[in-house]
Amino acid sequence: MRRSLFGRVWPNAIAVVLFLFFIFPVYWMVVTAFKPDLDIISKTPVFIPFDATLTHFAKAVDASGFWTLVRNSFTATLGAVALSLLIALLASFAVARMRFRGRKAFILLIMVAQMAPWQVLPIAIYLIVRDRNMLNSVVPLILFYMMMVLPFTIWVLRGFVAAVPKELEESALVDGCTRLQAFVRIVFPLLAPGLMATSLFGFITAWNEFPLVLILNKDSGQTLPLWLTQFQTTFGDDWGATMAASTLFTIPVLIVFLVLQRRAVGGLTAGAVKG
Amino acid sequence: MAARPDTTQTTQTTQEASGETPAQAPPSRVTGGVRVTSTEGRQRRAGKGLVERSTPYLLILPTLAVTAVLLGYPLVRNLLISFQKLDPFQLIQHTTQWNGFSNYTYLLTSGDFWHTTLRSVGFTAANVVLIMLGGTLVGLLLNRLGKRMRLFLSVGLVFAWAMPIVAGTTVYQWLFNTQYGVVNWFLSGLGWHSMAQYDWFSGQMSTFAVITLMIVWQSIPFVALNLYAGLTTIATELFEAARMDGATAWRTFQSVTFPILKPFFLSTTFLEIIWVFGAFTQIYALNQGGPQGLTETLPVYAFIEGAGNQHYGMGAAISVLTILMLLVMMSYYFRIILRQEDDL
Repeated sequence: MRRSLFGRVWPNAIAVVLFLFFIFPVYWMVVTAFKPDLDIISKTPVFIPFDATLTHFAKAVDASGFWTLVRNSFTATLGAVALSLLIALLASFAVARMRFRGRKAFILLIMVAQMAPWQVLPIAIYLIVRDRNMLNSVVPLILFYMMMVLPFTIWVLRGFVAAVPKELEESALVDGCTRLQAFVRIVFPLLAPGLMATSLFGFITAWNEFPLVLILNKDSGQTLPLWLTQFQTTFGDDWGATMAASTLFTIPVLIVFLVLQRRAVGGLTAGAVKG
Repeated sequence: MAARPDTTQTTQTTQEASGETPAQAPPSRVTGGVRVTSTEGRQRRAGKGLVERSTPYLLILPTLAVTAVLLGYPLVRNLLISFQKLDPFQLIQHTTQWNGFSNYTYLLTSGDFWHTTLRSVGFTAANVVLIMLGGTLVGLLLNRLGKRMRLFLSVGLVFAWAMPIVAGTTVYQWLFNTQYGVVNWFLSGLGWHSMAQYDWFSGQMSTFAVITLMIVWQSIPFVALNLYAGLTTIATELFEAARMDGATAWRTFQSVTFPILKPFFLSTTFLEIIWVFGAFTQIYALNQGGPQGLTETLPVYAFIEGAGNQHYGMGAAISVLTILMLLVMMSYYFRIILRQEDDL
């Protein structure tokens, strides 16, 4: 059945409008970051900056303490991801490969923990951290971020472990490997892509975390999301620098996301439409 | 909500795993040898009872321990604090002053709490309806587009999806800036001249409008792309049959698409409800719940009352009540996904 010309054109027209709607804020952020000040505050917005400048980026990077915060962000994020991978690897192996009493209860616990209401826990966590004199330290961030990404990490790794054929491991056992050796030499290398994907998702979560660090850390203990929200207050209405800072903050996430997008979508629906 | 890609993956794994197995299955030669090994393995296992039986528990022990300390304890502590009077005085003196249910009775009899709850419910409802409607329409459109246009639109969606929430709020503040914001320029250019110097963040409804637009913008890609991925799993014959029978687009959606993807729609709707109801960063980072606290939803209210006004006990009580509401929503969500997930 052929569709009329109108029937063929309108979906594409709407698609273009939607594309603009979704991409525009991202485009506007990047473009503003590169625009000279006069273009930013011009009466008619400049949509394509012909005389691009890097001064805003320089200003953002030169802001006092920027590199400390970059270091904090990376320490908290990478620490959390590494720790959660380690703990999750053990648990996911048990869940995927072993039958034991309480296994279902454990899985249920993971699913519930995954939906933990972290946004309303900052007050309690603040008091806990304060009692241990660890405010303004990056250690509590590592620990709590680890906990935030742990359930998800176990959940996904369990799938990857289950995907490694049991037979490979068993034949290694026959060839005289111990269970640990079989794991390290056979299962672990096959898990590498899974570990990669999982850790990148954990990275995004921890990198973006805001409410907890907002209450726990001040000044040199901050991370980049806090710095970003306070940027305007610090720099007045310097939108060029604010957008440059936002762009810098977004780049790592964007890279990770573009790598992962396919996996995220495909994987999810595979389970979601199962019923 | 930063955890968006994560949280949602809950439903994924088993299928993905079974989907990947065939590709990685060892050649038949190996499989031949396996039958022997698995019996051997079984014998060996029978031999070392205790060690073998305790292994899984040792493996999950670290997870249980950190969950108890880093999640269980804060939840318990939150509950305990909610029964205390914990203001700056008690905080500095390190004294514990229990006051029973008085935080709760104060809240449940105050207008503020109920207003905020109502506001949260309305805000969540508006957002989720817009997200699900918009996401479904965009998903259906993706399915209808040609290959190239589909990729084109998907790129736009992925960029919006990937944008960190905090960066998103600064960009929306800039887009809706009173003086130089491109939105005001656009609206006044369309002929709506009173919008030329409009201050979006000075009014309750206009602030909510910006927050809603931002959340919908961030959330539609997730729904749309996943719906599209779901649509591709439906056999095309079904759609063809519907078309042969002369079904309209709406009828096809009603009788073919929706029933097949019902689990997806149900679980996604509940996930969105839980996320939007618990949204903190978007609202707080955009305008701190302002103007005059008029855009505070429950999580923001808890934070501002607890950390901002330093009534930690009161803040914790609000937080406990919020958690109770979230629990109700989550129990529905779990009932839905546990029905789908038959092989835990």
